[in-house]
Amino acid sequence: MSSFHIVVCGSVAPDPLQTLEPQMGPQGPALKNEMLLPNVLDPWASHALYEAAHLAKQAAGSKVWLVSLGPKAKLQQVMMTMAQKVPFEFVALDGPASGFADSFETAAALAAAIEGIPGLDRSRLLVFGGWESATRCAGTTLQMVGERLGVTEQFQGVDRLSIEPDGGLRLIERVEGGQHQVSVLSGPPALVGWATGYLREPPNNPQVGMANMRAIMPALQKARPVPTASTGLTYSRVDQPKQVRETVVVKEMAPDDVARDIVAWLRGA
Amino acid sequence: MERVLILLHGDADGRLGAPAFEALSAGLRTAGELGGAAVSVGIVGHAASEAVGQLAGCGAAAVFTAEHPDLAVARYATDAAAALAVATAAGATVIVAPMTSRWARALPGVAWRLGGRVDTHVTGLTGSRSGVSATRWFYRQRMEGTLQRVDRPWVLLIDPGAFPAWTGSGAPVSATPVALDLPVSRTTVAGVEAPPAEQQTIRPDADLLFVAGAGWTKKQADGQTHTGDAESLIVAFLQKSRASLGSSKSLVDLSGEGHAVLPFMTHMNQIGQTGATPRHPKGLATCCHGEEPHVVGWRFITERRAVNLDPNCGWARGKADVLYVADAFAVMRALNELM
Repeated sequence: MSSFHIVVCGSVAPDPLQTLEPQMGPQGPALKNEMLLPNVLDPWASHALYEAAHLAKQAAGSKVWLVSLGPKAKLQQVMMTMAQKVPFEFVALDGPASGFADSFETAAALAAAIEGIPGLDRSRLLVFGGWESATRCAGTTLQMVGERLGVTEQFQGVDRLSIEPDGGLRLIERVEGGQHQVSVLSGPPALVGWATGYLREPPNNPQVGMANMRAIMPALQKARPVPTASTGLTYSRVDQPKQVRETVVVKEMAPDDVARDIVAWLRGA
Repeated sequence: MERVLILLHGDADGRLGAPAFEALSAGLRTAGELGGAAVSVGIVGHAASEAVGQLAGCGAAAVFTAEHPDLAVARYATDAAAALAVATAAGATVIVAPMTSRWARALPGVAWRLGGRVDTHVTGLTGSRSGVSATRWFYRQRMEGTLQRVDRPWVLLIDPGAFPAWTGSGAPVSATPVALDLPVSRTTVAGVEAPPAEQQTIRPDADLLFVAGAGWTKKQADGQTHTGDAESLIVAFLQKSRASLGSSKSLVDLSGEGHAVLPFMTHMNQIGQTGATPRHPKGLATCCHGEEPHVVGWRFITERRAVNLDPNCGWARGKADVLYVADAFAVMRALNELM
């Protein structure tokens, strides 16, 4: 079985349980108290990282890199957790991870970082990432990274990647109506935007964490500042929709009556 | 003056689907608002020339087709090449397209090749003297922004359900085929995996989203779990109501961890932060706490009701119109008898 060089692109995102509030500043929109918000590795990027480690374990000789563009302090905070999950080599880029940044510039920075990875074998390259992010939620960055790297076998919304007996890759991608499209690829290079997949989140492994952290801290210190401001993009407004409803809490109603009430509602009464 | 291209693709049967007509409506309206910008339509597919017939009366100044047997399936390399050929032929500065899985995969890369920019999940699009403005959501439907761009071409993928579908009739339009030089792809599309029709629980066109939360698998008042009962109640309701089934992350994670839970529930059913954000007129949540990461996926559910034993759950805090504080097992049993 051939081995892979798997580069996972993924950045930080505010913890999903946090309340987010936008504010307009001189540089455009941002989150209120953005630097104070606890962060996580973007949920879909996390899945991509776990899938990368899973695939690397199956194909001896494979290696996993995680390339992240985000504020250095936030990357460091998130790596304290992620380092304990799976083995990877970290490549850090110091820049904004805002949902209001543009994917074009982000993609250019990520692709340049991947091109600069020493020893990366492009013939064995698999570029992984989340098919969308929890910040911009656009699903556009990875395709542009692939284009810049010349990788034009691309898949998005992938839930499973398996290795065929002949070394090919079989992928299933989410398509409309709760279905999956099945594709067979002859082999790398390829780009894979992951949906949630089927793997569980790996438990923390202190030994993996210690091994990872030995390289993560120097990588963070070396993190190159990356300006990703897009001069051609302006926001005329960013706000939170009025979403609070006047909830009617119905207590002590018999189940039969609740059911009747629901049926009437469903039938438009 | 902007040159607007409405870029569509045929479905598996070669015809244009509903999202195509919604994008057509958005593009035509925006072009009109821009003061009569030139509008062209492009169709990519294995039977693009036949799909042209569905555009009769749309008023486009030009129609381009990219037709090839290899375009019968959705595949990045061939789709991107075909879309690029059409966009180049049209000389478009603004490209409006439906946010289908096929275009979501291919068009961001096309934007890169064109030296342009791309925005997806567009829910609002307007034109004015000052230019084109697009509205979309950020941070998983937590905030909405309106943006403008200087760079061209600007590719805009329209979310399904955000615009009314174009309808019309009139004189047939004539199409100009574009020359295609499709690359040899190393990807072979082997088909589609889908559950049998009677087991398909994801129904995007359903009037109701029915969400089952992790509470269905928890111990009930008798100290026992009743997942078998839960399964039969939920399946019966789905069969009677033809609702689309959604779930919270906690329940689908349990399924993935091999617990004896609801066997028909997968990550495909997940609604919320790392799941889907479907559009349905009504939503009914059961045994689900209504936590924020889940409820962000309800952004486009107009009327919301919930059944939960906890009167202080998230749904009670302004996230549902009505919260019934009741045992979902008993309610669903009664509901199935009434349906």
